[in-house]
Amino acid sequence: MSDYTPGEIMTIEAARRLENGTVCFVGIGMPSAAANLARLTHAPDVVLIYESGTIGAKPDVLPLSIGDGELAEHADTVVSVPEIFRYWLQGGRVDIGFLGAAQIDRFGNINTTVIGGEYAKPKVRLPGAGGAPEIASNAKEVWIIIKQSKRSFVSKLDFLTSVGHLDGGDSRAKSGARGKGPTAVITDLGVLVPDATTRELTLVALHPGITVEQAKAATGWELKVATQLATTKAPTDAELATLRDLHARTAQAHGTVSSE
Amino acid sequence: MPNKIMPLADAVARNVRDGQTIAMEGFTHLIPFAAGHEVIRQGRRNLKLIRMTPDILYDQLIGMGCATGLVFSWGGNPGVGSIHRFRDAIENGWPHALAIEEHSHADMAGRYQAGASGLPFSVLRGYVGSDLPKHNPNIRSITCPFTGEKLAATPAINPDVAIIHAQRADREGNVLITGIVGIQKECVLAAKAAIVTVEEIVDDLEAPMNGCFLPHWALAAVCEVPRGAHPSYAHGYYGRDNAFCKSWDAISRERDTFLEWMKKHVLGTKTHAEYMKSAGIA
Repeated sequence: MSDYTPGEIMTIEAARRLENGTVCFVGIGMPSAAANLARLTHAPDVVLIYESGTIGAKPDVLPLSIGDGELAEHADTVVSVPEIFRYWLQGGRVDIGFLGAAQIDRFGNINTTVIGGEYAKPKVRLPGAGGAPEIASNAKEVWIIIKQSKRSFVSKLDFLTSVGHLDGGDSRAKSGARGKGPTAVITDLGVLVPDATTRELTLVALHPGITVEQAKAATGWELKVATQLATTKAPTDAELATLRDLHARTAQAHGTVSSE
Repeated sequence: MPNKIMPLADAVARNVRDGQTIAMEGFTHLIPFAAGHEVIRQGRRNLKLIRMTPDILYDQLIGMGCATGLVFSWGGNPGVGSIHRFRDAIENGWPHALAIEEHSHADMAGRYQAGASGLPFSVLRGYVGSDLPKHNPNIRSITCPFTGEKLAATPAINPDVAIIHAQRADREGNVLITGIVGIQKECVLAAKAAIVTVEEIVDDLEAPMNGCFLPHWALAAVCEVPRGAHPSYAHGYYGRDNAFCKSWDAISRERDTFLEWMKKHVLGTKTHAEYMKSAGIA
């Protein structure tokens, strides 16, 4: 078994969960790396949709932007931006919406808008919503991939950009959001899933060598832990080799460093 | 029929005025950089800028003081990080205050569609649970008269001027866009006037029957500007200049280095070709 980084096991664990044939609406960055790793390993027929309008994208290298020509080049088809959101997402054809975030709360609501201060005068202005609010409320399920720390796992979001399980319980269902909402949060420490009743994120698996104490210390609220805590499988040599090849190709193509 | 083909400087001078609402679109592909630079050169002020994904071009327009308003759904330098002039305007009001109106991509796309369709508003299943409507009075809701469902409603976008870049036009000024077509067709058809820059003007467009085609009679001006989308890309012509996008981070991080660069390469040149040479872009 090779050594691996926390970022690598996070990406690999997320990739493993993506079943062959799934229709996945992919966010840029870590979701894109995981989704393409799945496509290059166990899920060759996964359908990757990017908000730039590319359906069935099969990039040879990871896109730097959500609209890289690489995505269009090998896609099954390229449609307009209104069509991708209206027909394919809002029309109910997306199985998994796969998102990243700057902040997440205990109910899987996410923030990509502002950190600190007030909305009109924030401490840090983030890029904003992009496609996330409608991906989060129209995909059949949502997965979130995010590095776990007290800065990212917060008791109260500075801004709720995209809905998760809202205030927990049945509040999401009552809100008019469609789909199941977040069903998995994959981090560099482990995996969280919502409780069946309260919908609060619960730690259900840790990556090899990670302790519950580490996960709790990296969470800004009192983290719920499943009684039957699983350990994720360490990355195989084949998974690591495929991921590293992908990143090496990407770095060479873009002239930049690609990781996770 | 007046000929729509003209130099870019003329197209901007004839169509873009201070105080207008201007939309420059291109979803990471075919971003109209040359045209945006011409707007900066001509010193337009008090513009309300619309763009789904404000990135380096809008960072330049904002930092050069052209804009007092920004309507958008995602602002950043893709794959690199923040756009610093945009952040400086929002966080510190430099070079002056920037009124922002923030939406989501699905919503902006629908708002352009409504504008192109002659409808007053767009409706979508959007913003459920989000804080965005609390900070944007243009995000409201409507009850479906048939099902009673509550849906998001936002006003149509009808820019004074739409500005886009495309691969080709023919000698009449008919335009063909291929690859990622983004929101360009809707943006052009929603606007009162549209300027299109193209990589080249050809004798025969060879437009496929179902291609993204914009007829000359729906456009105000068509301008031949090779590499006019740099550092974004033009599918079939050139790739994205990732090295430039990365270098923009350092150029734009501080106000003085930003101003020095813009004065030298944009204000200090007369055409896009001169700009490319001045900025050392191969």
